Amino acid sequence: MPAKTTILTLPKEEFVHPGNRACTGCGLSIAYRIGLKALGPDTILVVPPSCLTVLQGLFPVASTKLPCLNVTFASTAAAATGVLEALKAQNKEHIKVVGWAGDGGTSDIGIQALSGAAERGDDFIFLCYDNEGYMNTGVQRSGTTPQWALTANTPIKGKRQQKKDVPAIMAAHGIDYVATASAAYPLDLYDKIGKAISIQGTKYIHIHTPCPPGWGFEPRYSIKVGRLAVETGYFDLYEVDHGAFRLTGASEKLLEKRQLVPVRDYLKTQSRFKILTEEQIAEIQARVDAKWSTYYQGA
Amino acid sequence: MHIIENGNVAAALGVKLAGAQVIAAYPITPQTPLTEKLSELIEAGEMQAQYVPVESEHSALAACIAASSTGARAFTATSANGLLYMHEQIHWAAGARLPLVMCVVNRAVGAPWCIWNDHQDSISQRDTGWIQMYACDHQQIIDGVLKAFSLAEATSIPVMVCYDGYLLSHTYMPFVVPEEEKVARFLKPFKPAYALDPDNPANLNTVTLPDIRMDVTGEMAHGYMEIRYLLQEDLRAALTIAQQTEDAFKEIFGRGGNALVEPYRCDDAEYIVVGLGSLTYQLRDVVEILRGEGLKLGVLGVRLYRPFPDQALTEALQHARGVIVIEKALSYGYEGALCSDIKAALYEHIQDRSRAPFVKGMIAGIGGRDIRTPDLTATLRAAIAGTPEEGPDWIGIKL
Repeated sequence: MPAKTTILTLPKEEFVHPGNRACTGCGLSIAYRIGLKALGPDTILVVPPSCLTVLQGLFPVASTKLPCLNVTFASTAAAATGVLEALKAQNKEHIKVVGWAGDGGTSDIGIQALSGAAERGDDFIFLCYDNEGYMNTGVQRSGTTPQWALTANTPIKGKRQQKKDVPAIMAAHGIDYVATASAAYPLDLYDKIGKAISIQGTKYIHIHTPCPPGWGFEPRYSIKVGRLAVETGYFDLYEVDHGAFRLTGASEKLLEKRQLVPVRDYLKTQSRFKILTEEQIAEIQARVDAKWSTYYQGA
Repeated sequence: MHIIENGNVAAALGVKLAGAQVIAAYPITPQTPLTEKLSELIEAGEMQAQYVPVESEHSALAACIAASSTGARAFTATSANGLLYMHEQIHWAAGARLPLVMCVVNRAVGAPWCIWNDHQDSISQRDTGWIQMYACDHQQIIDGVLKAFSLAEATSIPVMVCYDGYLLSHTYMPFVVPEEEKVARFLKPFKPAYALDPDNPANLNTVTLPDIRMDVTGEMAHGYMEIRYLLQEDLRAALTIAQQTEDAFKEIFGRGGNALVEPYRCDDAEYIVVGLGSLTYQLRDVVEILRGEGLKLGVLGVRLYRPFPDQALTEALQHARGVIVIEKALSYGYEGALCSDIKAALYEHIQDRSRAPFVKGMIAGIGGRDIRTPDLTATLRAAIAGTPEEGPDWIGIKL
């Protein structure tokens, strides 16, 4: 296994200009900056409408130093395939192709194209930054919004349904690499992207991405909130490498310690969960505990 | 070399000769034999191209848009609801100024489901900024695909090559397969204005403001409105480029000649019937029958529907007493779109409106309803004899 990247070994070259249009404390801006370092210069990006479109800037100014194709909402993965096939036709297969979409553009409107590409095994990396809602359009619910979260279109009772498990759906396609990551653990993300580059076929990485305005916390707490999601066992860092599931990084350490922070500590950091009753918190805790008991059994 | 094949194979051979590098398609009747043939040519090693069996038409055009943005010559084909499912991407391809070519094998759109021919699918894409060509026979299909790539790449505007489902797609007809050596002279290798390239990065189709905006070098860059204005200007200029493309083709291959409109016995015609696609060749028989009765009838096929050849149409129609437009599509709630467009062109270009011909719209062949030559003959005979009534007549309606 290659050595883990540290803050000292992280490449200095930047691919995102400073002063871009991301919100203060944006989890995406961390994941994007570190992610592009991992991808390196020989990369073409494909991006649907999302917060990333905003971060990238308004014509004719762009904050990304890599070539980027902005595409329609539903078509990220199909467009990535198109770029890939055009590169093949021109003998430029050394160039990496990367789709980078939000959770709506992945789990909802983009899932058909993504599923199609994964079934074909098209050789690109698809990164989903999951800020758990349509944040760019004003915080509406998405397929990956967690249960009971208040959003602009679940404003009083919260979202009634559970979060869609997109990494599991992608793993069910039988592709050779699926991983989860968090903007709060950027070096873990960096290494997972590095691993994805080394594998042929469709690769999927799902990045939990704290969003201060969408989730309702102060921008300075982005890393803290992201870490609490992992430390409580609410969002887990793992990879499914050629079919083999393995907790990684901070989640792997939790497996050794067998002591999760109560999920309440995570939920209480965000105003989107302010309507949760004690019963609902207990229900969420029970689901987290049940999930982790399967991890403990497998360890 | 003459061969006898169906219209879909004619299209596929045209795509092969054009050297398309990326083909993405999703099956829909009656387009399927075209894309099946392309996948067969590629798997057999007779054609060097990437074939992507995508999971939807929306993705088919997405893949082609991306491939073209990355510098490859890209092609797709579809029909009916497949074309409608692409609609967002159709606008996108034109706005992004990508020289794609798409065959539209014309079919009625649902609901209710109907797999047979009419033109509602492509006519419903009229306002997307694509160039639309309509073929009348297999020779025009195979030649049209080559001309379409040339025209698309000369204008940076995508082109639809439309031909009638079943009537052309599934019928067998002799046609000449263009010689490779001549094709190489006619169609130069694709050199895009910009292709995605890590050595020369650009961010394509970013959010663009209502007003112009300064770039990092201090130059003013276009706003959205300027970008769209230039698409319109370039589409109008494409009328000239389409005819130049046609002329260049004729010089090398010795056939063709009419890129915009194709007249048949119009010179002395008192009445001219206008239409799109294979119907206009069927109408030539009607012209002969009615001329035998002493009625001076001609037929004008519209070969290029967008950009609209308003001046060429006016020149061809202005001296007639009457114009009858027969269409296999309509703008529901009014009349056929071609009929409205022709009325607008004549109103625009004929100074003395008292001398303008009457224009009568008719609807035929919706959902593949047989268009019988005796019905056309009788309908046109009556239209010429009578005065034009308001609203379109539906030929062969059984109520």
